[in-house]
Amino acid sequence: MSNIPHLLVHDHEDNVGVVVVEGLTAGTEMFCCVTHDNSTFNLTAGADVPIGHKIALKDLKAGDTAIKYGEDIGKIIADIPKGAHVHTHNCKTKRW
Amino acid sequence: MSSKYSNITFQGYRRENGRVGVRNHVLILPVDDISNAAVEAVANNVKGTLAIPHAYGRLQFGEDLDVHFRTMIGTGSNPNVAAVVVIGIEPEWTKIIVDGIAKTGKPVEGFSIEQNGDFETIRRAGWKAKEFVHYATELQREECSISELWVSTKCGESDTTTGLGSCPTVGNMYDKLLPEGIYGCFGETSEITGAEHICKERAINAEVGERWYKMWKAYQDDVIFAHQTDDLSDSQPTKGNILGGLTTIEEKALGNLEKIGRTSKYIDILEPAEQPASGNGLYFMDSSSAAAECVTLMAAGGYVIHTFPTGQGNVVGNPIVPVIKITANPRTVRTMGEHVDVDVSGILRRDQTIDEAGDELIEMIRRTANGRHTAAEALGHREFSMTKLYRSA
Repeated sequence: MSNIPHLLVHDHEDNVGVVVVEGLTAGTEMFCCVTHDNSTFNLTAGADVPIGHKIALKDLKAGDTAIKYGEDIGKIIADIPKGAHVHTHNCKTKRW
Repeated sequence: MSSKYSNITFQGYRRENGRVGVRNHVLILPVDDISNAAVEAVANNVKGTLAIPHAYGRLQFGEDLDVHFRTMIGTGSNPNVAAVVVIGIEPEWTKIIVDGIAKTGKPVEGFSIEQNGDFETIRRAGWKAKEFVHYATELQREECSISELWVSTKCGESDTTTGLGSCPTVGNMYDKLLPEGIYGCFGETSEITGAEHICKERAINAEVGERWYKMWKAYQDDVIFAHQTDDLSDSQPTKGNILGGLTTIEEKALGNLEKIGRTSKYIDILEPAEQPASGNGLYFMDSSSAAAECVTLMAAGGYVIHTFPTGQGNVVGNPIVPVIKITANPRTVRTMGEHVDVDVSGILRRDQTIDEAGDELIEMIRRTANGRHTAAEALGHREFSMTKLYRSA
């Protein structure tokens, strides 16, 4: 792959992806790659998001399930617009 | 069945019981905390020995005492150890550990401090330690097959890059080397929470899966729910995990499980520090997720090399087992490069495949087995942490 991706997504069912570059700024047109089959797409970053942190791939509503690795990784606890930062402020485990 | 990995060899130390080590330590091992001073004095007097001071060994009982003895005996029995001097305050428990290590056939001798004092114990133990150093330094490495290696794994300071890069790299290594006949080991009971349904399915058969699930559930009920204040969110994920972008225990567990690859199945479950007895293959060891405790238990189980994926940059090492650090996080490579043995950040840039990264790790395992010091060894990381199940008497 000639372009270095900004965002990696494990599976096509996922609704969050991982920032894999340092210093990503709001407004960046991100080159995104789904590692399962190396398919690519573009998405605009809605915030400055640190490397390793997640971004919503679509609009998510409170009560939705966050999906990564094609699996349930917790519940969304505040509405998150597509492209925004997903972390402990808007996503929580279902275990406790 | 032969593969391109079947013919890989390395220069190792073949021990009296046939097991192969990759290091050649002469240990000075304390039975208990109050023998640490004598142990450290002997190691200071006799060059080429290694003291492993620790915090426990007095007034323990029941299952907790069993873990203590297994850890002590397992550490001394590890094939990375050529010979052992054991020092305890009294002769009875000292003898239990000496007799346990002696089953391997390696040179071991015990000393006790009561009625001798530190001075006399240090003098006598020093003579024996010096004899063991002469013995160990004349041992020669010989050619061994990669199939003779026992390789454990545990990740630390995980972040989202471990699930994308460094853990799948270890998993790829296991998928390639377990069929060659190596022994593997993963664990971290508390960190499977969130992916327990997947882990249960990765057992070799339903019976082993059920036993695994019972062990995991007992941990949840007897440890987590018995001792929790509100929830585990102060420690799982850790503050470091959260800084690295991991949000929930489920997300962390799914990344963690990438370490066992795509095709590997575990064949049995081990108690903390228990040595495998069901033949070659992958084992799950019931163990803490704290790095030093977990690596210490796996070393006591007989594993001679540890593969350690990290995201944010865990710096842990072990006194007797080389710990190979693997990271895919380019920031960690940039800011903490001295701790990294295998840089797989190319996976995130998509200019390196998991298959290529797995091969790089196998090559680093071979070089480490040959004697190359890991970053943790070069930097003097010798963390030895005993697992304690409950309060002493």
